[in-house]
Amino acid sequence: MKIICNGQEREVAPATTITGLIRELGLNPETVVAEHNGRVLAREEHEFILLDEGAVLELIRFVGGG
Amino acid sequence: MFVLPEFSELSGLIASRTAADAERALQAEKLGIHDLAALLSPAADHLLEPMAARAAAITRRRFGRVIQIYAPLYLSNLCQNRCAYCGFSAGNRIKRRTLTLEEAEAEAMLLLGRGFNHVLLVTGEAPQAVGVDYLATLARRLRDRFAALTIEIQPLATAEYVRLFRAGITGVAVYQETYDRRTYREVHLAGPKTDYDYRLATPARGAEAGFREVGLGFLLGLADWRTEALSLGLHLAWLRKKFWRTGFTVSFPRLRPATGEFAPRVQVGERDLARLIFALRLYDPDVGLVLSTREEPRFRDGMLGLGPTRYSAGSCTAPGGYSEPESSGEQFAVGDHRTIDEVCRAIRERGFDPVRKDWDAIFQEEGQTA
Amino acid sequence: MLTIAGKTFRSRLFGGTGKFSSPQVMKAALLASGAEMVTVALRRVDLDDPGDDIMRVLDRERFFFLPNTAGARDAGEAVRLARLARASGGGNWVKLEVTPDPRTLLPDPVGTLKATGELVKEGFVVLPYINADPILALRLQEAGAAAVMPLGAPIGTNKGLVTAFQLGIIISQAQVPVVVDAGIGAPSHAARAMEMGADAVLVNTAIAVAGDPVRMAAAFAKAVQAGREAFEAGLGAEREEAEASSPVGGLDFLR
Repeated sequence: MKIICNGQEREVAPATTITGLIRELGLNPETVVAEHNGRVLAREEHEFILLDEGAVLELIRFVGGG
Repeated sequence: MFVLPEFSELSGLIASRTAADAERALQAEKLGIHDLAALLSPAADHLLEPMAARAAAITRRRFGRVIQIYAPLYLSNLCQNRCAYCGFSAGNRIKRRTLTLEEAEAEAMLLLGRGFNHVLLVTGEAPQAVGVDYLATLARRLRDRFAALTIEIQPLATAEYVRLFRAGITGVAVYQETYDRRTYREVHLAGPKTDYDYRLATPARGAEAGFREVGLGFLLGLADWRTEALSLGLHLAWLRKKFWRTGFTVSFPRLRPATGEFAPRVQVGERDLARLIFALRLYDPDVGLVLSTREEPRFRDGMLGLGPTRYSAGSCTAPGGYSEPESSGEQFAVGDHRTIDEVCRAIRERGFDPVRKDWDAIFQEEGQTA
Repeated sequence: MLTIAGKTFRSRLFGGTGKFSSPQVMKAALLASGAEMVTVALRRVDLDDPGDDIMRVLDRERFFFLPNTAGARDAGEAVRLARLARASGGGNWVKLEVTPDPRTLLPDPVGTLKATGELVKEGFVVLPYINADPILALRLQEAGAAAVMPLGAPIGTNKGLVTAFQLGIIISQAQVPVVVDAGIGAPSHAARAMEMGADAVLVNTAIAVAGDPVRMAAAFAKAVQAGREAFEAGLGAEREEAEASSPVGGLDFLR
């Protein structure tokens, strides 16, 4: 199944949660926030949301800035 | 809400200022309340000349070589307050009169004919005779003919001020008379005016209502003028921060003989008044400073260019006094009896331009909100 | 002590976390600066190169994160970034930046005022980055901004307090803290801002790109402290000789 993550098409297994994907990408779920189909999620929601075919996901985190 | 420190505490602050504090305040680019205290204090007694020079330079830079001209229009001398210092005081046996709207309009037109574009509407406190309806109606009749219509009347609620603002009133003046609570209690014997705190909060209500200009002041001759001036400085600074859209003016009514035969409780000399004006100019370069016809021509002419920005002229302080010069029942005796033309000539002779308008009440839209 | 929206800060120097050569240098410099408040930006994770995680380097107990909306070109984008920052566990504070012109990165006053209103309504503590415009500062204060952050000069220029005169007006009028942001290129610039009465300064580039960022951070810490002390002590004024003359007519008229 295909989703769009940070602008790139990506193949993920069915029934993948957002937390699962974040782990799969080697990122720390504690520091990444997700915007799922245009909606900003609270971090607690990540592990309960299953990705559907064609889902648009933005994974965001803090970086250096002034 | 504006909270004023204890009057005695402020007196103490002034008394503790040194000559070095005063010298520093004189040179400071931006003056704080401690600087104002220093310039008002006895430690600055020897600095009157340099203060005048700085005040003159700041005034010239900020306002140019112009003096605004206005005349008071007394609508009524009815008053339910008993104030020890005032000719209109409820107990005084004077001829009481309230102008009809037609008479008031006629007086205003007479002033317009003499060259006044700014009229200050004055009353005692008698809302049943001169209330918000009366003033709003009068303002609507006059607004398209006058540049500025300001009021010096009883304190009103914010919503009432909003009504008057929409009717064309451009500014409100309300003097605290004295910032010292004890003195305030002693001279305000009866009537709504006995409420010190309501009066103290009035300028803020006026500013909130949207008036272009709010006037402050205290009576010189009730309590220590230095502490009064410092209190006013605090009040002004607070208002400025909170109501940055509003212009502010300060008047300096020095007690003069009135029918009630009130002897000033403290003496305020011309040098004191001059100092007060210089100190306020240094403290707040933007504030309008008003010198009325209470003062004599010699003093008023001498002060031209040294700080004041607005002069009244040809004033009569009894209702109907412009149409009928023999009218009695005045609020105070005038010190400068010259006509507007004579005053303007004196202003021009000193190299200043007497201006009669800087705004038009008609620009103020009826529906305009605060 | 500086208080913004009920939170107190001992240090009046705010740090930035951008443009450092490494997270380790950044951390050392921020510790040397004494800063408690540090700004951070939000970005998409680069999936091909996830790199270091800034959250790991900086101790959240030691540093208070102020997420910015850097990169937002209009109010809508800024509001979206602020919401993301809040969802990231960044708290409800936001340094609002709306910069439509990528060349100068000067802030858009209209978009900034609009976004401030929306974010305040959503419960954010908003610190807008603005040009040194005194009326805008007052309008933002009315809209509920917790502080204003006027620029000394366009960001990254290191030109110092080009806007000094306007900053002076903002400082004299504001009822909320004034944090001078952007353009501060040297400790002397920071000291001058503090001498003028600014409540704090934010410094990023000047520290991050210094030859020795850690020593530069310490230098800024001293400058900010010196400037603040000078302000509190009360500076003597420069003399204006031109005004030292007597009034034209003298004061002989007084009785």
